[in-house]
Amino acid sequence: MLLVLLSIILLLASSALALFFSREPSRAQDAGAYGAVAASALGLWAAVRTLAAGSAETLSLPWSVPLGSLSFCLDPLSALFLVPVFLLTGLAAVYGVGYLRSYAGSKPLGLAWAAFNTLTAAMVLVFTAANAVLFLLGWELMAAASFLLVLFEHDKAQSRKAGFIYLAAGGAGALLLMAAFALLGAGSPLLDFASFRTPSGTAASAIFLLALGGFGLKAGFIPLHVWLPEAHPAAPSHVSAVMSGVMIKTGIYGLIRVLVFLGPWQEWWGWTLLAAGCVSCVLGALFALAQHELKRVLAYSSIENIGIILAAVGLGMVGAAHNADRLAALAFAGALLHVFNHSLFKGLLFMGAGAVLHGAGTAELDALGGLAKKMPRTALLFIAGAASACALPPFNGFAGEFLVYLGAFKGISSYPAVALAGVLAGLSLAVAGALAAAAFARAAGAAFLGEPRTERAAAAHPPDGLMLFSMYALGALCLAVCAAAPLLLVPLVSAVGAGFGGGFGAAAALEVPGPLVYISAGALLLAAVAAIAAVKRRSMFPAARTADVPTWDCGYAAPTARMQYGASSFAQPLTDFFQPVLRKLGQYPVIAEYFPGKASFSTEAQAVVYNAVYAPAAARIRDLAYRFSWLQHGRLQIYIMYIVVTLLGLLLWKL
Amino acid sequence: MHTFAELIIVFVILLDLALAVTGSLSSCIRLVAVQGVVAGILPLLAGSGTPHARTAAFAAFIILLKGVVFPWLLTRARDRSGARKDVEPLITYPASIMLCLGAFIASSWLGSRLPLPETNVAWIVPASLATIFTGFLLITTRSKAITQVLGYLVIENGIYIFGLALFVEQPLMVELAILLDVFVAVFVMGIAIFHISREFDHIDTAELSELSDWRRGEYGK
Repeated sequence: MLLVLLSIILLLASSALALFFSREPSRAQDAGAYGAVAASALGLWAAVRTLAAGSAETLSLPWSVPLGSLSFCLDPLSALFLVPVFLLTGLAAVYGVGYLRSYAGSKPLGLAWAAFNTLTAAMVLVFTAANAVLFLLGWELMAAASFLLVLFEHDKAQSRKAGFIYLAAGGAGALLLMAAFALLGAGSPLLDFASFRTPSGTAASAIFLLALGGFGLKAGFIPLHVWLPEAHPAAPSHVSAVMSGVMIKTGIYGLIRVLVFLGPWQEWWGWTLLAAGCVSCVLGALFALAQHELKRVLAYSSIENIGIILAAVGLGMVGAAHNADRLAALAFAGALLHVFNHSLFKGLLFMGAGAVLHGAGTAELDALGGLAKKMPRTALLFIAGAASACALPPFNGFAGEFLVYLGAFKGISSYPAVALAGVLAGLSLAVAGALAAAAFARAAGAAFLGEPRTERAAAAHPPDGLMLFSMYALGALCLAVCAAAPLLLVPLVSAVGAGFGGGFGAAAALEVPGPLVYISAGALLLAAVAAIAAVKRRSMFPAARTADVPTWDCGYAAPTARMQYGASSFAQPLTDFFQPVLRKLGQYPVIAEYFPGKASFSTEAQAVVYNAVYAPAAARIRDLAYRFSWLQHGRLQIYIMYIVVTLLGLLLWKL
Repeated sequence: MHTFAELIIVFVILLDLALAVTGSLSSCIRLVAVQGVVAGILPLLAGSGTPHARTAAFAAFIILLKGVVFPWLLTRARDRSGARKDVEPLITYPASIMLCLGAFIASSWLGSRLPLPETNVAWIVPASLATIFTGFLLITTRSKAITQVLGYLVIENGIYIFGLALFVEQPLMVELAILLDVFVAVFVMGIAIFHISREFDHIDTAELSELSDWRRGEYGK
């Protein structure tokens, strides 16, 4: 516990130091990165130790803030969320040094590092706070720090829009959470998590819905995801990696914590989570397929993965309502494992996208192509991350989803009452997996394969050593998690026990070991086959026999790179099929003559939910607000009169 | 002794009414100073028996601050800003005095309703509330920045008298804390007024509203 607190202090101190050096970019970079790495090492040690021991540590100090206390709790659930926080922020800091170097002088790097380390500290605080006031403090600090990072390139109008949407979503979420915690803590002198009493049925449902909204706005499942595809591309890539890899998981963490406070679960809560999760994973993958920018594809893929986690939690809750503890244990363990795995491969993918952006100056899929020749290592690592995101063994994305699938099948085979939930979860995961595979094949293919479509892509340069180091580390972890899956048993079982209740922990101890061994054995087998195939290939095709020649050009006299299969053409059959949902805008040329002239073609992915729900709602609110604009006239005297009248009103009201 | 204290209370109320109808800026500054001095004498009379040495010292300090330092600061700010000599009310003087009288009636009613400990001096609570209301009246219905400082000081006088009524034993500790705030505030406002008038050639707060980011008629742009 003390080590974790020490890492928070270290992070805040290095933040201050980075801000202090804001006039000297290289020193600011050093201060921020060394602080982040040292804090990560400290915190990682503490979190891993807690996971291995499976016990909770608490620390409580008085605090002068009303209802608050400096209560911290480091239990296996917190530790399971903290491990990826420390892993990813440490590696992202190393990556960030290389990534931000080109911004020295043009952007305030001191501020960026201060915000980055504050963001990490705030996340650690959120995952260890055991008092609602402290938790919300961390929550808001996290939102503020990441807001600054989203606005890193504030000279772009799109970044400013992203920042505004992010701010609005964060504010709304925090408001809902305050209401939820106020209801939970009604009647207790301090808002300590330990002092929360189990609310009655209706109150519990109200708290559940408030928490679902508040945490959902951070986790970003559909339809609360609108900030995510805007903010992730706007932030610098190492920050996107952290935001997408671990920050949105604070929503999942908070939801799990609140579920435990609510006592016996009602079945419809589980169905709600399951429905939200299924919709998010399918639509997230589908929207990812239609995006034209690499980081936007990844952002929608995060929505898909949050959907998978949420669906797994929902499946487990429905199972728990029918006393199917073993099913629930599998689903919960799968959800937690996927939380961990997603942070690794999504971190890797965002770093890969960052390397593309850094090397080619753009992440628009239609402007890229052929990057595998310019940056072969990045391409290899990105494709490894993409395979993991598509849940293909032997990469780690497979492990968590495998457990969820097993849970779903268990529901179908042994618990008739939960069969429908099992079918729903299994089916959604399968559809989402297929769509995600298409989306990643499209993204990776358009960016890395073929010939460069623009001069910028042709002139791309590979990332530097620090960036590559972080990506290699994450790629190795992605493989290692699957290969060493049985080692995850103890952490998973104790985290399930700490997060959802001891009964599920005991059930998980019975159910999870077998699959983990299969995963590990399968992964090792696949790796062995791949290694043999690679050796065989080398012996069959010696290097001397491969030659660099132009692609067969179908008899065209002057082929150009733009004749290649592009990102839109690759996805067109699928996106056309889903057009009622996607509502993409497009301009297609009509060819009416034998010798057609110049023509242009464009498609544009729409932010469907934002345009259909949020934009009209925001316009309505703005209209309503303008109706009261006569109150804001700028006359100081009248403003003071408002205050006096309000104070008098309060005085008379209490008289 | 209490008769004298009650006389002072009446005097404070009369000063409130006078402030509501006085048009000259320098007279206003003087009236506020007189009210501060009169209020400063009050703790010497309110207690029973001979006043404590510490009480006397505090009273002297307060009288010095409110009777000499503040008027000097304000007069200096007025002279430097080169503002017009009248307070430029936003409502007519009769309306001001009607509002002030209304405030006094409301305070008498409020004073009888508030759950306060018994006080030695009659009318002390209504008078203090009326003074606070008068201060607000000065702030809200006069357009010059300097009158807002004056209103602020009148409110402080009211709070001071109210504090005397409430904290019979230790009023001066509370008062000292408030007074320090007020001193800093008046100081800062004096500087601010000077700077505002230098930048904009006037200290009319209505003109300052031009600085706000919101303008009428920009709806939907």
